[in-house]
Parts: sequence; C-alpha cells; structure tokens
Amino acid sequence: MEVSVTVNGTARSADVELRTLLVHYLRDVLGLTGTNVGCDTSSCGACTVLVDGRSAKSCTLLAVQVDGADVTTIEGLAGPDGLHPMQQAFHECHALQCGYCTPGMVMAAVSLVDEYDDLDAAGVRVGLEGNLCRCTGYQNIVAAVLAVGE
Amino acid sequence: MTVTESPFIGGIVGESRLRHEDPALLTGESKFIDDLQIPGALWVACVRSPHAHARITGIDTSAALATDGVVAVYTGDDLADAWAAPLPCAWPVTDDMKNPAHHPVAQGKANYAGDIVAVVVAESRYAAADGLEGVVVDYEPLDAVVTMEDAETDRVVIHEDCGTNVSYVWPLVPDPEAVEAAFADATHHITETFVHQRLIPTAMEPRGVVAVPAPHNGDMTLYSSTQIPHVLKVMAALTLGIPEQKLRVIAPSVGGGFGCKLNVYAEEIICMALAQRHGVPVRWTEGRTEAAVSTIQGRAQRQTIELASDADGKLTAVRATLLADMGAYLQLVAPGVPLLGAFLYHGLYDVPVYSFTCKGVFTNLTPTDAYRGAGRPEATYAIERAMDALAVAVGVGPDEIRSRNFIPTEKFPYDSPAGLTFDSGNYQPTLDRAKELIDWDGRRAEQAERRAAGSTTHLGIGISSYVEMCGLAPSRTLAALNYGAGGWESATVRILPTCKVQVVTGTTPHGQGHETCWSMIVADQLGIDPDDVEVLHSDTAISPLGMDTYGSRSLAVGGTAIWMATEQVIDKARAIAAHMLEANADDLEFAGGTFSVKGSPDKEVPLAGVAFGAFTAHDLPDGMEPNLQAQVTFDPSNFVFPFGTHIAVVEVDEATGAVELIDYAAVDDCGNQINPLIVEGQLHGGIVQGVAQALWEDAAYDADGQCRAANLADYLVPSAAECIDMKLDHTVTPSPSNPMGVKGIGEAGTIASTPAVMNAVVDALRPMGITDITMPASPMTVRRAIEAAQGDSA
Repeated sequence: MEVSVTVNGTARSADVELRTLLVHYLRDVLGLTGTNVGCDTSSCGACTVLVDGRSAKSCTLLAVQVDGADVTTIEGLAGPDGLHPMQQAFHECHALQCGYCTPGMVMAAVSLVDEYDDLDAAGVRVGLEGNLCRCTGYQNIVAAVLAVGE
Repeated sequence: MTVTESPFIGGIVGESRLRHEDPALLTGESKFIDDLQIPGALWVACVRSPHAHARITGIDTSAALATDGVVAVYTGDDLADAWAAPLPCAWPVTDDMKNPAHHPVAQGKANYAGDIVAVVVAESRYAAADGLEGVVVDYEPLDAVVTMEDAETDRVVIHEDCGTNVSYVWPLVPDPEAVEAAFADATHHITETFVHQRLIPTAMEPRGVVAVPAPHNGDMTLYSSTQIPHVLKVMAALTLGIPEQKLRVIAPSVGGGFGCKLNVYAEEIICMALAQRHGVPVRWTEGRTEAAVSTIQGRAQRQTIELASDADGKLTAVRATLLADMGAYLQLVAPGVPLLGAFLYHGLYDVPVYSFTCKGVFTNLTPTDAYRGAGRPEATYAIERAMDALAVAVGVGPDEIRSRNFIPTEKFPYDSPAGLTFDSGNYQPTLDRAKELIDWDGRRAEQAERRAAGSTTHLGIGISSYVEMCGLAPSRTLAALNYGAGGWESATVRILPTCKVQVVTGTTPHGQGHETCWSMIVADQLGIDPDDVEVLHSDTAISPLGMDTYGSRSLAVGGTAIWMATEQVIDKARAIAAHMLEANADDLEFAGGTFSVKGSPDKEVPLAGVAFGAFTAHDLPDGMEPNLQAQVTFDPSNFVFPFGTHIAVVEVDEATGAVELIDYAAVDDCGNQINPLIVEGQLHGGIVQGVAQALWEDAAYDADGQCRAANLADYLVPSAAECIDMKLDHTVTPSPSNPMGVKGIGEAGTIASTPAVMNAVVDALRPMGITDITMPASPMTVRRAIEAAQGDSA
C-alpha cells in the first residue's frame, strides 16, 4: 500500500507491505537508522519518534497508520546551528554512554518537556518510565531533561 | 586521602571533559550493527527448541522452503561439516573439566529452550521470520534438569558422553588443617547460604551479525555487536577453519555489553558458514524475546559462606563453598567466572585462613557466562551479608564489625590468604565518608523512632564495603588459572605529519568513553588539544592486536599501553629535537608541547616541528627511522584493587512487602581518575544494575525449564521511575602497579550495591526475626517472609 508521510519536514512516499512497522519503514525503506529497536514488547522506548509532535513508539505502529502524518526522528532534531537543546543538554550532563537508547530517550524527553510546563525531577522520572537505559542509572538523564524543562 | 605526586603534567587528565563520542550518538549518525546497509544480504532466522531437553526426531522443512522469499533451511545435520570445531570454551579451569561438544546448530538433541535446531535463510528479515513458521520439528521431550541441586544428583545426565552433570570442581584451600583448626577454635561460627538468581544482562542493543564473504579470494569480514573483535577473530578462525589472516572482525557502534557480548556465539559462526556456502553476505539481528534465551545469562550460584571469629568479632577464617550453574553448555569463559571471585570471599578483611571450593554443573537452561562484575559481585555479596550476621552475633554495629576487620593500611602491599597481593588500600576513610553522606547517625535515630512508634513502614540501612580485583590480567596469573589466553593490551601512538595524533588501541569500547579518555591521556602527555587526537579501535584490520574490553581492564591495561607508547614517542621526538637544536637530549625539557634547552629558553622547537621533521626525514640523526610512532604491548604485573563503601537506605512496607530505595551513598577509590565525569557515570549505571539484582530482576524458570521472564515486559529492568539520585564521593589511593596509578571502575558499582541494598532490607526486617530475604526482594517474597516470621512468633 502507498504510504505518504512527512518525515523530518520532507514529504516521502513508498509502497509498503501492510504489516510493515513504522520503525522498519523509517530504517529499512527511508534509511533513517537513528531510530533503534530495543525490544519487541513496546517496553524499552528505543524506537521513540514524534508523530504529529507527540512521542510514539515506532515499533508499535504500522507504517500505514501514520499515512498523512508528520513524523520527526532523531535525524530531524539537530539544525544548521547545531544540536537541539535537548541533545546539547544530554551531551553536557553526560546523559548517555553506549548511546543505543539515546535517540528514543531524547525524543521522549522533547515530547515530555513540550507537554508539561512545570516539570520537576519526579515528573521527569515518571514521564520517562517507558524508556529504558541500561548504562546511566538515569541520574544524568533526569538532570539533562530538567536543564531544558525548568 | 593519599597524597602522591601526580604523573600527569598537562592539566587535561582529571578534567570532567565532555565526551567526544556524543554528537554521533545523539544525532543517530552512529552505526550499530542493524544500521549497516549491506546490499544483497540474506537474512537468517533461528528455529529454537521450545523444550528444555528433547530429542529431535524429525525436521520437516518443506513448508518453510515453499514460503515466499525463503532461500534455504538447514538443520544441524545439514551443517555438521560446516565447522572445524564446536563452539569454544577458552577456560578449562581443571584438566579434567567436562566440556560437551556445543554445536552452533544442535545435532540430535536440544539441551535448553532456545537451543538452535535449524536456521532459515531468506531474502528479507520479514521473509526469514515467515519461514520460521514453516519449519516443523518433531521432539521427544526428556526430563529437564532445571536446578543446580538436581543437576548435582545426576538424576538425569544431560550430556551422556560426559557421564555426569558435574563439569568441574575447583578448590583453593591453601591449608586445610588450619581451616579446621580455626573453626574448631572460633567463638563465633557464622554459616550463611545465599542464592544469586539468574540475570539477563540486557544490553539495550540486542546482538547482531553480518558476515560478508569474498568468495574468490577467500576473505571474510565479520561485523558483530561484540565486546571482543580480537578474541572473536582468533576463535572464529579456529572454529570455522578460516585462515586467520583472511578474517577481519569489526565491532561497529556497540550498544552496551555488560559481559553478554564477551562471547563467541552460535549465530556468528552460523552467519559466516552460510556466507561461505551462499557466497553472499548473511546477516542476523536478535530479537529481544529471543535474546532472553539465546544470549548468556549471569550469576546463577548458590553459595555457602562460613566465618570464624574470636569473641570480639575479629575474623580468623573464611570458608566459601559454591555451586555454579553453567547452563546447558560451557560458553567462552563461563567456568572461570566463579574463579574471578574465588580470591575475594574474605572481602577487604584481614583474615589469616581461607578456603574456597566451587563446583560447576550443567542444567537444561540457557548457558551462563560473565555478567558485569563476573564473580566479584557474588563474592562481595557473600562476605558482606555474612559480616552483618557476624555483627549481630557479636553485638556490635555493622560499621564497627567492618572497622575491626579492615586490612590495616600499614599492611599494604597485603599478601592475601587466597594468594593475591593487594597492591594498595586504605579502607576506613571510605566507610567514614559514606556514613557522613548518608547521615548515618540521623538515619539510625529515625529508624529507632519509627520502631518505637510501631510504624509499619520499616527503615533499613545497609552497608557494603568492597575490594575487587580487576584490570584483567597478568598473563602468568591467567596461565596459573588455566585460562587459554594472555591478559596484555596493545597500543600504537602515531604522530601524523601535521602533528595530529592517531591512537590505535586493542580495547573495544561499547559505552565506556575510551575515545574521550584515551585522547585525554595522550594529549596530557604531549601538551596538545585532545580534539587533535583520534582513537581508532574495534576493527582488526586497523587494530590487529588486542584483548578487548571486559573485567574493568581497559584503562589499567590498555590505557597503560597508550601511556607507555606515548612516552616512547616523546623519547624519539626528544632525540630528533636535540638533533635539530644541536643540544644533548638530556638537556631538553618537554612541556606544553615544546622542547626547549634547559637554561636557554630561546632554543626551542615545538612538537609540530619535530613531527614534520620526522615525516620529511631530511635531517634525522644517523640511523634513526623516519616518523613518530611507537607500538607497546603491556602485560600487567598485578591486578588492580579498587575499593569503597556503599550505604543504602530502604523503606519496607509491612502491609505490601514493597521495598523502596530512598537514599544511596557511595564512596569509591579507583585511584587517579582520568575523567571524573565518566567515572561517575559508570558508577551510576553500575549501582543501578546491582540494585536491580537486589530488588527487581529475576530470570526465573518454571519446572519445565521455560524462562518466565523472557521479554522486557516480564523482566524488570528498572526505569527512571524506580531509581533515585545517588550521592557519590571518592578517595584517591593510586595503584602502584601501573605508571598512571589507575584502577578500573566499570564494575565497582554493581559489585558494591547488591549487598548494600539487601543488608538494608534485612536490617529493616530484623526486629521481626528475619535474617535473610531471597533475591530479588519482590513484594511477594518480602511479604511471605513477614508472614512466616509473624507465624513463627504467634
């Protein structure tokens, strides 16, 4: 089926199998491999992207479900002026180590900060519950998100 | 704090420098294994046994072969000739160790749920998954051995050719008579039995493999999400019979390891064998639910520890007896994992008499192997839990029992009763500082108040003091332990014509920040900007010599090699500079990246000038080779011995059994720190991983050998919501075993935190008469212990 999606500001369309997951559409069809796959139960959040501005786990959506939507992946965050403020905060707070969860974690954090005006540490911790990181123990991730969100 | 002269001169080492690795990882630019786009690659999917123990009586591949996109299906018998040897175990800990043949695809019998019994090769990942559905395997289920205790009885012998489920018995009992005498004379004899549940390492990136053949010239390039491209190259060459010089192994960006990518896996060998057979690239990417049974698991030990002490609680002997679950086969270093803890069951305490024995057994479960800490978390858990029991028996606090037994600072270097030499240590300050950070007296007072008021939200405070041995490892020591390789590390430092620097390392980072730290070391020595240093790694064609990354070895061994290579480059540059300045090399000073003649500061030449001169080679001293480059292989003379004290505070809700971690302090000593930012990050993650063993994670199996937590919905890797901010501090006791005075820190957090949390849980519940809680301290487990205790007292 033909799927048309605006990805990182560019209109893209492709003929995909109905069963194609959004994450595989992004990675294997569009070549946007920044979005990672960490599980198969919608538990880890490594595949988080923004669909019409809200975070979504792209392993849990079919590509055909986002037909007509606006999708932002990690590749779409940084601009000509450099890193997005959330990426910069992750860098400055040492909020990543192996970096595999990082694209999804950053996208979830961008969405969280966008959604809430008065985030505190507890709110960040609960808000990122759907994104797992095995390296950092989360302390510096929480600090990075607060640095942007406060 | 120990004050010594710093070996660092450039003002760069010791800074919390932001990481060089970050921009690529933050933008999706980094390439992990599944990100590699390989035209024409075939995809492999593995048919895995659903039974823990079963004979394979028939495999019908016809429906799979008829599936769209499926190219081939292979059974174990089809591939019996595809490899020159079974999967390797590099650590035969005893001469008579039983090591059953471990074929990449099972032949005749499946020995754990997850054992590969056939592979589907297809044109896409979706088609390969479709093909799995079409492979019909007939099994004759057999009785499964799912506990170590059952395994020991040989009720069912899993590997008939071994004749027993006992793989090995490894004793370390320097003086058996002294052990008996010490326990006979003891005032206090503590006996504790603890179980380390199986854990699923759960690197966030699942494993993956791409094997790219060059059929006509015989080359093979293996991409793998591995911690050990160098070790893998040697092992894969031997296993497949590929000439080693024809094999190149590349670890692309690797999304975490924690030991689970420290192996030679069936899928790596299968993809290479099928790439050879089909003459095109062959790839496989692991699914998370698949990973829960196909990637090694950690811990899985039952330990009995006995302490003998005098009336004051001064230890006189420690005896540890282990039963260790190898799983269905011996993976790469599995038999040796308990040995990495074997020397540490007396912890950081001064004990004259020591005994350790480990029995390794086979079960019908996923194979185990090294998982963050590998042996040292188990040892630390046993001694630290037992020390709390001793404190109760003696009638002193858990802090006091530790202070009475710490190896005194003046005894270093300390010859341990297990035969090690602890090169340095200064333990009491870490306990004192951790107590300050956690407000020990205040917390104790709060606990007493709650108890007096009859609160049902119980407060528990738990201490864990630890020392570990890491920086693996002196090659001669490894030889004495029967390990199949050395423990050295290699480095090349190369100054390019424009005075930019390449560092080639044999370490293989997968989150540790080696690019940042190694560039800081070299830049500090050379007096240049760390951004002018590029660190090359993880590709055996670029870095041909290496022993890779595990066992908190990379800095203490690999970093030392880099330090030494840089010193050699400076020595050569000094000789060239002396020639250029017409001075004696001994009269030159090197500071801030410039050579100058002592006493004649106007006579100077910058390193850049020397580097260009070494490149043009127009006017070098007679006999000197052009270029500035040095290659060093460093074999350490000893392990390094990081130490520290962690204190956890928990609340236990009596009504629900729920445990909540509410405060945590850690004071660690890893010697001189290259980059404190990275040290803290390693500690944060390590601590949480150990807390997770204490409170949440459990690869539990049912009686039939099925993993009941085989995905991330059921296996409780903590999220940010369960975790708290930790309070960290450190002391600095440089290791005298290497020139930088450094020690590893990658595993320390995990080693220390599990017993701290469990001591806190037990401390909370001790007034009820509870002396142990089985890990993980889930609400159900804790609630049952409370009910049992209340039943006993009723």
